[in-house]
Amino acid sequence: MDPLRRSPSPCSSSRPSSPSTPPCETLGPVGIEAVLDQLKIKAMKMGFEFNIMVVGQSGLGKSTMVNTLFKSKVWKSNPPGLGVPTPQTLQLHSVTHVIEEKGVKLKLTVTDTPGFGDQINNDKCWDPILGYINEQYERYLQEEILITRQRHIPDTRVHCCVYFVPPTGHCLRPLDIEFLQRLCRTVNVVPVIARADSLTMEEREAFRRRIQQNLRTHCIDVYPQKCFDEDINDKILNSKLRDRIPFAVVGADREHLVNGRCVLGRKTKWGIIEVENMAHCEFPLLRDLLIRSHLQDLKDITHNVHYENYRVIRLNESHLLPRGPGWVNLAPASPGQLTSPRPLKVCRGAHDDSEDEF
Amino acid sequence: MFENEELRNLSLSGHVGFDSLPDQLVNKSTSQGFCFNILCVGETGIGKSTLMDTLFNTKFESDPATHNEPGVRLKARSYELQESNVRLKLTIVDTVGFGDQINKDDSYKPIVEYIDAQFEAYLQEELKIKRSLFNYHDTRIHACLYFIAPTGHSLKSLDLVTMKKLDSKVNIIPIIAKADTIAKNELHKFKSKIMSELVSNGVQIYQFPTDEETVAEINATMSVHLPFAVVGSTEEVKIGNKMAKARQYPWGVVQVENENHCDFVKLREMLIRVNMEDLREQTHTRHYELYRRCKLEEMGFKDTDPDSKPFSLQETYEAKRNEFLGELQKKEEEMRQMFVMRVKEKEAELKEAEKELHEKFDLLKRTHQEEKKKVEDKKKELEEEVNNFQKKKAAAQLLQSQAQQSGAQQTKKDKDKKK
Repeated sequence: MDPLRRSPSPCSSSRPSSPSTPPCETLGPVGIEAVLDQLKIKAMKMGFEFNIMVVGQSGLGKSTMVNTLFKSKVWKSNPPGLGVPTPQTLQLHSVTHVIEEKGVKLKLTVTDTPGFGDQINNDKCWDPILGYINEQYERYLQEEILITRQRHIPDTRVHCCVYFVPPTGHCLRPLDIEFLQRLCRTVNVVPVIARADSLTMEEREAFRRRIQQNLRTHCIDVYPQKCFDEDINDKILNSKLRDRIPFAVVGADREHLVNGRCVLGRKTKWGIIEVENMAHCEFPLLRDLLIRSHLQDLKDITHNVHYENYRVIRLNESHLLPRGPGWVNLAPASPGQLTSPRPLKVCRGAHDDSEDEF
Repeated sequence: MFENEELRNLSLSGHVGFDSLPDQLVNKSTSQGFCFNILCVGETGIGKSTLMDTLFNTKFESDPATHNEPGVRLKARSYELQESNVRLKLTIVDTVGFGDQINKDDSYKPIVEYIDAQFEAYLQEELKIKRSLFNYHDTRIHACLYFIAPTGHSLKSLDLVTMKKLDSKVNIIPIIAKADTIAKNELHKFKSKIMSELVSNGVQIYQFPTDEETVAEINATMSVHLPFAVVGSTEEVKIGNKMAKARQYPWGVVQVENENHCDFVKLREMLIRVNMEDLREQTHTRHYELYRRCKLEEMGFKDTDPDSKPFSLQETYEAKRNEFLGELQKKEEEMRQMFVMRVKEKEAELKEAEKELHEKFDLLKRTHQEEKKKVEDKKKELEEEVNNFQKKKAAAQLLQSQAQQSGAQQTKKDKDKKK
């Protein structure tokens, strides 16, 4: 449907109206349908926002995947060079771009987590990530409870977290399980099998089943969550997706010539792995899920469920909150400040010296 | 800890697919359904219900109101309409009794109170800790149709006062009702008179948005015709070879959907087909925010404290909550003390009663004892008498037996003598 289709001129409308719910029956066109167009026009004018976070060990192809997803150089992929020292603690790196397609403007923010799982001791490596996610919720909450609010609160909350599972072929590692357990409660998580070109089809299927088994055993509820299926159509659609999660993906940002067509792919001595070919990898499924069909749903669940959960916790335990001004002032803090041991809340505790003012 | 690069436009080298986003959004909204609430303000009998029936092409059940209402009250009714796949929850609020009283000073008050009550309900839901805003049934008024009586001269003072009170709370769309009673040339003068009066009195009516190219043109042309002169009718009259909504008079037929006859089509276009979403948005982002700001400031919340440093609503939340809890505790204490006092009083009462009972008991005991003593005395007396009597009896018997004996002796002696 062309989003710019205008509603037809006044007297010529002859839209059929279906029999409506009793007791009222509309006896002719009223024009209520036009509200859909109005909605579209307004939405397109305002633009959309989408924030995605990619988590995984270095070398799993996260940056390449993001470039492939959005068909642009979101950031230059950094090959893990020998000269680059591994960061001592987890750093979060965020870029924002505005992309436009057919009149639809999308403000895309991608957050990368270099250094995740790279240390020798990875204890509590999820804390900075949780801290970041909660920080975004906090920002939104602060804006929402102001007396004089902005017309449109900028949404920096993480809508989706893509977790890259290394293709070991066995099952989920303890780090994966710990991380997924914690994160599923706070944000929508979509696990994917990274670098799936190192697994054959049978190995992939076996690996997938084992991962699904692991997820079930540890009660990890990844996106699309069963409990949010609204109607039977959703259920059917989402069950099909759930069956294929985690998707086995391959990322590539170079184009090659295959059968006269130019496709994105990875060239190896034994063949070219086409990224968009369903027979080779499941990248199209991931792309469809994230962008073409479930983007709005991801945002809605983040807003209606995860953000509300955060808000409830925050408002109930406000006596733990730091007082005083400048809380949202994100002066660069040392990594140690955010690695507080509580998974679901952001606790500044004794680190915040502005507490003394109250 | 996290770096942010500058916002820049990125060029895409292929089709990504997020152009389906508006469709995704629309699908979500469609499955949820839409809400639209209209408030009709106007005198009794001016044609509010008929116009609603005509606008939405259906017969909403209602009985015409009487003119005897003691005050203005608001009657709200909800209906579910569906057109193809769009579900609309329509609420129509009527002002019953508006303009009927002799003293109309307070006529606007129930209306303002109703509007504020809807804002309040939404605000309460929004401030709750556990809230569910996404399936909240929004009852805030999105559009207020103000029905102006077709006098042909100017606005009544009641109209001006009411509209002035409502303009900061709701989107007002003024319309001239029963416009078939005004001739065309008079209508033009009437309209300009009304608009100039509104402007000179500073009444802010709803401005059709002109900032988007798609709707700017149509909105601009329509605004010129404000206030819309409408005629409502649910009866159909045969015109030419088809049926149309119209009013039949001996001198002719007034067709509702004929733009030469009245502005009904313009109203429907503006209200529903072009600006329904904008009306809802204005209500939420302008009128509701204004109400919220005033209400929160009234309650004592501020965004910045006296030192003009921003501090959070949450702390005042906390402070208020503590205050409230303190009050609660105080009340609890009071109640407890009162309870204790009452208990003491009751105890005292009961003790007194007990004492009385004891006294009574003692008294009774004493009387009982006295009676007993009396009875015993009597008994003794009786016994003494009995004893005396016995003695006397014994003595008498003795005498008798003695007398008998001596008598017997006497006879015996006599006998001996005779021998």
